[in-house]
Amino acid sequence: MAKIKPRVKVPKSADAGEIVEIKALISHPMHTGRAKDKAGNVIPRKIINSFKVAFNGAEIFSMDLEPAISANPYVAFPFKATEAGTMDFTWVEDGGAEYTVSKKLKVS
Amino acid sequence: MRNIMYAAVGLMMTTATAMAAGTPYHEGSATIIEPTDERNPLAEVVSGIDFRKSMIREMQEDEFSNPGMIVVDYGAEIWEQVDGTAGKSLSDVWESCAGMDAATAAVSYPRYHDGAGKVISLEQQINYCRETAMGAEPYKWEKADMLGMTAFIRYQGNGEAINVSIDGPAAATYERGKELYYQRVGQLDMSCAHCHEDNYGNYIRADMLSQGHINGFPTYRVKWNGVGSTHRRFRGCNGNIRATKLAYGHEDYVALELYLAWRGNGLTVETPAVRQ
Amino acid sequence: MKQHMQMNAISRRQALALMGAAGLVTATGMPAFADAAAMADKIKAITGGAAVGDGASIILDLPEIAENGNAVKVAFEIDSPMTADDHVKAVHVFADGNPTPEVASFSFSSASGACGASTRMRLAKTQNIVVLAAMNDGSFQQAQATVKVTIGGCGG
Repeated sequence: MAKIKPRVKVPKSADAGEIVEIKALISHPMHTGRAKDKAGNVIPRKIINSFKVAFNGAEIFSMDLEPAISANPYVAFPFKATEAGTMDFTWVEDGGAEYTVSKKLKVS
Repeated sequence: MRNIMYAAVGLMMTTATAMAAGTPYHEGSATIIEPTDERNPLAEVVSGIDFRKSMIREMQEDEFSNPGMIVVDYGAEIWEQVDGTAGKSLSDVWESCAGMDAATAAVSYPRYHDGAGKVISLEQQINYCRETAMGAEPYKWEKADMLGMTAFIRYQGNGEAINVSIDGPAAATYERGKELYYQRVGQLDMSCAHCHEDNYGNYIRADMLSQGHINGFPTYRVKWNGVGSTHRRFRGCNGNIRATKLAYGHEDYVALELYLAWRGNGLTVETPAVRQ
Repeated sequence: MKQHMQMNAISRRQALALMGAAGLVTATGMPAFADAAAMADKIKAITGGAAVGDGASIILDLPEIAENGNAVKVAFEIDSPMTADDHVKAVHVFADGNPTPEVASFSFSSASGACGASTRMRLAKTQNIVVLAAMNDGSFQQAQATVKVTIGGCGG
């Protein structure tokens, strides 16, 4: 894939107190460090090792990923909507590179 | 090739039993359509997704779970990107160059194109437009740009019925595709029909055979950890039966692609589909 | 439906040969696998040896048979009020037949509203999956299931 790109689903709006499902996907090969390329050389480990989600600045969910997580890691998790705000998603790759995306949520 | 090659010849296919439960085809919940053309040898036309179990189906059907959508997103981005000496994007030139909008193109390829003077695949149409209308370099088959663009264009017709033409100037290509479909090839001496016409719905070892339709391509395959074209799948099939793999874009693969697309006329576009 | 089946059945020879092609790919460079003992050690490192409940509050969603081990759905839901006083702090997922037993760990908060997650993992072969939940009161719950990983003929 050309670039490492996230794709997330946050509903545009929710009722106060409603539990909504958040979905997050990022394109990444999740190299385990165990596979070899066509020339027989070991492909060094490079995975997304951490995923964190904050709402209005406070962490609400996180995930530590191991090499056993599939390529193009996907995760869905619940969130209880109480107030309007911004959800910030951060993926961290081995080596420290970060990929982020933000989504707004309205609460009525 | 090892002893197993000389093992007793016996009936290997397992007919649909309890082992098959879990696929819509076996549970009777599949979408089954009648062939749209009396020349179609299939009595029933069933999309490959109906031969898959829930894990794969869920992955395909939820757009935010489907990893193929990342490739569609990328295609949407480069569709609008200016590239080449004419200072245009593919979205600027597509309708006049291809002769139809993207949603129509999604259900129409492979197709005879006047400019090209032959039946061409969607990949070849994209490169034809890049070279003749944009003054841009052709994309390489099976690379991110081509997969993104084909996935994006096909996605514009997602849910619409496949409707390729095999008549008029496409007739000879159709005949060639049909010939290839039934031709035994490779060390295993098998044709497409052995698996996908005579044995769909049956297991070949642990693998459930489908009718081999291509309405979901480019498709995300779990085995590939990514999206691939029909020609990549053809190369995989050819390799499995120990036949010679043809080059991407080979005229025989385009002919086979036309024939397969036509067998699935009436199925809806499912790009990006997900398979095991 | 398929009247030609007998005539054109695929022979054992053909089917085994198709299998062989798939087998060659997966057999190269197979690393040593973790085992139940390695997984138990990892679990003990988290629980500190404390008793672990039988996981009656944990609902697992795993396929019985995975059509390909590259992306196997693993999802769980844990019955919890998820209040500041009573919530699931973390959930750890292990697999005892992979090169290393750890799959993923999840942290929840009272803002989650409910406890659950769904992701996709790699399974090298048929094996047991353990989901270990750490509660805010220091107690633990664990649920387990087996997933069969099939070796495909040509699709897998």
